[in-house]
Amino acid sequence: MSHTIRLTTPLTTEVLRELRSGDRVLLSGVVYTGRDAAHKRIVEAMQAGQEPPFPLEGAAIFYVGPSPAPPGRIIGAAGPTTSYRMDAYAPYLIARGLKAMIGKGKRGEEVKAAMIQHGAVYLAAIGGAGALMARSITEAEVIAFPDLGPEAVRRLVVKDMPLFVVNDVHGGDLYQEGKAAYARA
Amino acid sequence: MPVPREIDVALVRDTVAELCGQADLLLPEDVRQALARSMAAEESPVGREVLARLIENADIARDEAMPMCQDCGLAVIFLDIGQDVHLVGGDLIAAVNQGVREGYERHYLRKSVCHPFTRQNTGDNTPAVVHVGIVPGDKIHLWVVPKGGGSENMSKVFLLTPAMGLKGVKERVIETVEAAGPNPCPPIILGVAVGGTFDDACRRAKRALLRELDSLNPDPEAAALEAELLELVNHTGIGPAGLGGRVTALGVFVDIRPCHIASLPLAVNVQCHAARHKEAVL
Repeated sequence: MSHTIRLTTPLTTEVLRELRSGDRVLLSGVVYTGRDAAHKRIVEAMQAGQEPPFPLEGAAIFYVGPSPAPPGRIIGAAGPTTSYRMDAYAPYLIARGLKAMIGKGKRGEEVKAAMIQHGAVYLAAIGGAGALMARSITEAEVIAFPDLGPEAVRRLVVKDMPLFVVNDVHGGDLYQEGKAAYARA
Repeated sequence: MPVPREIDVALVRDTVAELCGQADLLLPEDVRQALARSMAAEESPVGREVLARLIENADIARDEAMPMCQDCGLAVIFLDIGQDVHLVGGDLIAAVNQGVREGYERHYLRKSVCHPFTRQNTGDNTPAVVHVGIVPGDKIHLWVVPKGGGSENMSKVFLLTPAMGLKGVKERVIETVEAAGPNPCPPIILGVAVGGTFDDACRRAKRALLRELDSLNPDPEAAALEAELLELVNHTGIGPAGLGGRVTALGVFVDIRPCHIASLPLAVNVQCHAARHKEAVL
């Protein structure tokens, strides 16, 4: 039976150990956005000895490139993008303190191994529910790479963002388990 | 001899701009109904919750004039131009692109088009991909189809050997869905084109996505394959959002046509549940 668990960033491995694949999570606190181009820049900068644009320890990264905020709105539609494109960078960031990734779609074996080794989790947001997801975002501010437009790094404050645990720190994988439970020969 | 009917490309531009907004903000009614119907077929509680959230998302998008999905797509435009139409007022393709430019700006849609290598965003969601065909009559039928990257990336084209036949076609379609898994935002819709050539199959697979869900395919051979593929896809267990369940696809559209004696082309265009397309007749 799955549970609904409230989490607040910054996250610790100790708290994440309680999560199991299939659990529902309502996430609150600061979440940083980043997708393809931002990940490339962040990792290249760190490899060159520079600081990342936000503290990685305990951080949650949301793979999203929001649509422009209409007048009077905090943000536009803000659902997850497909995560595997960030797989090349994720293990590096996990080894340096990243604790949660929010996206949609399968992760590679290296990312899963890094999550188990360093105690991080992968949370799925519902793909294509961008208007719904925007409701859980209470603040949004571009903090790095404004030239990337929708791909710029944003600092979001979220309140009860609805997510599912896909990969937990124990090796559980909801994409495999859920599919196996409903597959017919 | 009929007198050509003049249509100003400015009308095409303005129509494209308006349809870009409608397409990204308003879930087509057939898709909405299919999502609602699929709730009854879904055995997974999580699957049902995802489907309910998708319907709620469509309501929020409509009521708050927000795009359904932050990926507002690369604008694919189909233009069926009547052969008795005389286009005036400038370059047709330039007018279409101007319509995309204006529509994406006016409706606060995300610009998602960039240079393939530098990844520099073009800044206005152009160039659009435009498919032009000539048909009888004196009207223009146009469709605006914003195509998201997540589902497009999971699409495949196969040049099968004739020996692989119908069995090979079915296996490749299911293989495509299995490989895509949760990535293309299921429940998905599949555009499947068999026959033709390499390029023609891809275009027809995309065009097949314009059909209404649950519309009857006039080709009985294609209709039978649609039903069989839909059942096979929904046996994969992938389910809504890929979290496990019965409803992996809302529909499969198949288009079959003859091909070269040496060939068996197959194109599978994967479409997410935000199956955005709006049309107009000018």
